[in-house]
Amino acid sequence: MHRTKVRIVEGALDANDTIAQANRADFDRADVRVVNLMSAPGAGKTALLERVATDLPGLRLGVLEGDVEGSMDADRLAALHVPVTQLNTAPGFGGECHLDANMVRSALPGLALDEIDLLVIENVGNLVCPAEFRVGEDARVMVSAITEGEEKPLKYPLMFRACELVLVNKIDLLPHLDFDLDKFLYNLDQVSPGVERILVSAKTGEGLGEWRDWLARMGSPVEAPA
Amino acid sequence: MHELSLSSAIVNTVVKHAAGRPVTVVSMRVGALRQVVPDTLDFYFGFVAEGTVCEGARLEQELVAARLRCAGCEREWEIDVPVFMCPDCGPSGRVEVAAGDEFEVESIEVEEAECIAPR
Repeated sequence: MHRTKVRIVEGALDANDTIAQANRADFDRADVRVVNLMSAPGAGKTALLERVATDLPGLRLGVLEGDVEGSMDADRLAALHVPVTQLNTAPGFGGECHLDANMVRSALPGLALDEIDLLVIENVGNLVCPAEFRVGEDARVMVSAITEGEEKPLKYPLMFRACELVLVNKIDLLPHLDFDLDKFLYNLDQVSPGVERILVSAKTGEGLGEWRDWLARMGSPVEAPA
Repeated sequence: MHELSLSSAIVNTVVKHAAGRPVTVVSMRVGALRQVVPDTLDFYFGFVAEGTVCEGARLEQELVAARLRCAGCEREWEIDVPVFMCPDCGPSGRVEVAAGDEFEVESIEVEEAECIAPR
């Protein structure tokens, strides 16, 4: 036996990116735009979807709901007559803390892509891993609730830099918290200068019009960003 | 915590190139922006490698510092805190990552059976 060095130079995540590109090609063929929605657990991803899901005239929305276990979030959206497909990471995928391209690929046959214009993939609540695994999306959106504190962008730069839009949620709680909004926005600009952001409250409805308009733009093939 | 998923990605990449040969060393280039904890990656790698050609392999991690470049003024600088703003151009600068987001398998060392073919 002897030892040989084999030069590889390959991104360890390239395999995932290749599958993500295949997903993207399938979505493009079906003329479906895809948003990957990410946040820490409990930041309000499902609530922010619920609040605008039935207010997107002319746009057929579908949701792929990623969770480790359970279908609680999917049930909430199904109650609004939004076509929703549940993807649990626990049974076949070892309880992964994020969705990857292959998991989304496995869910494709269950998605009626010809019946929707915009697919929102609600990722598993987690601020780390989802940022690293592309799934074939056109855009990535993250929700950061003000209850999480001002330093989140500095602690999770990978996630904050990965997104095209940051929804700053639970803004109605501002008077009740020791949260410095200016400091948060300053930190956000340090990590991802000028990234688009919307201040929202799923509770009071503040900013929801802007969020809905963003989704509507995203779902329309003509105006959507390249 | 993402070190577990990243370890699986490493092992899958290596298995593809090892072509069945036992692997003794895996050399990685890991960018600082990846937010990887080296000891944690090492721990999970050992765990995920079990039962594959990577079992028992040593994981070498070369840390690549984060370097940014401003497309506006062409300044290039190193960062150790996540501030992605050009010190000269401020918010109007177009800052790109020049180095630090690598997560690459650079090379592997494999055990080969001795070549018995006549010269």
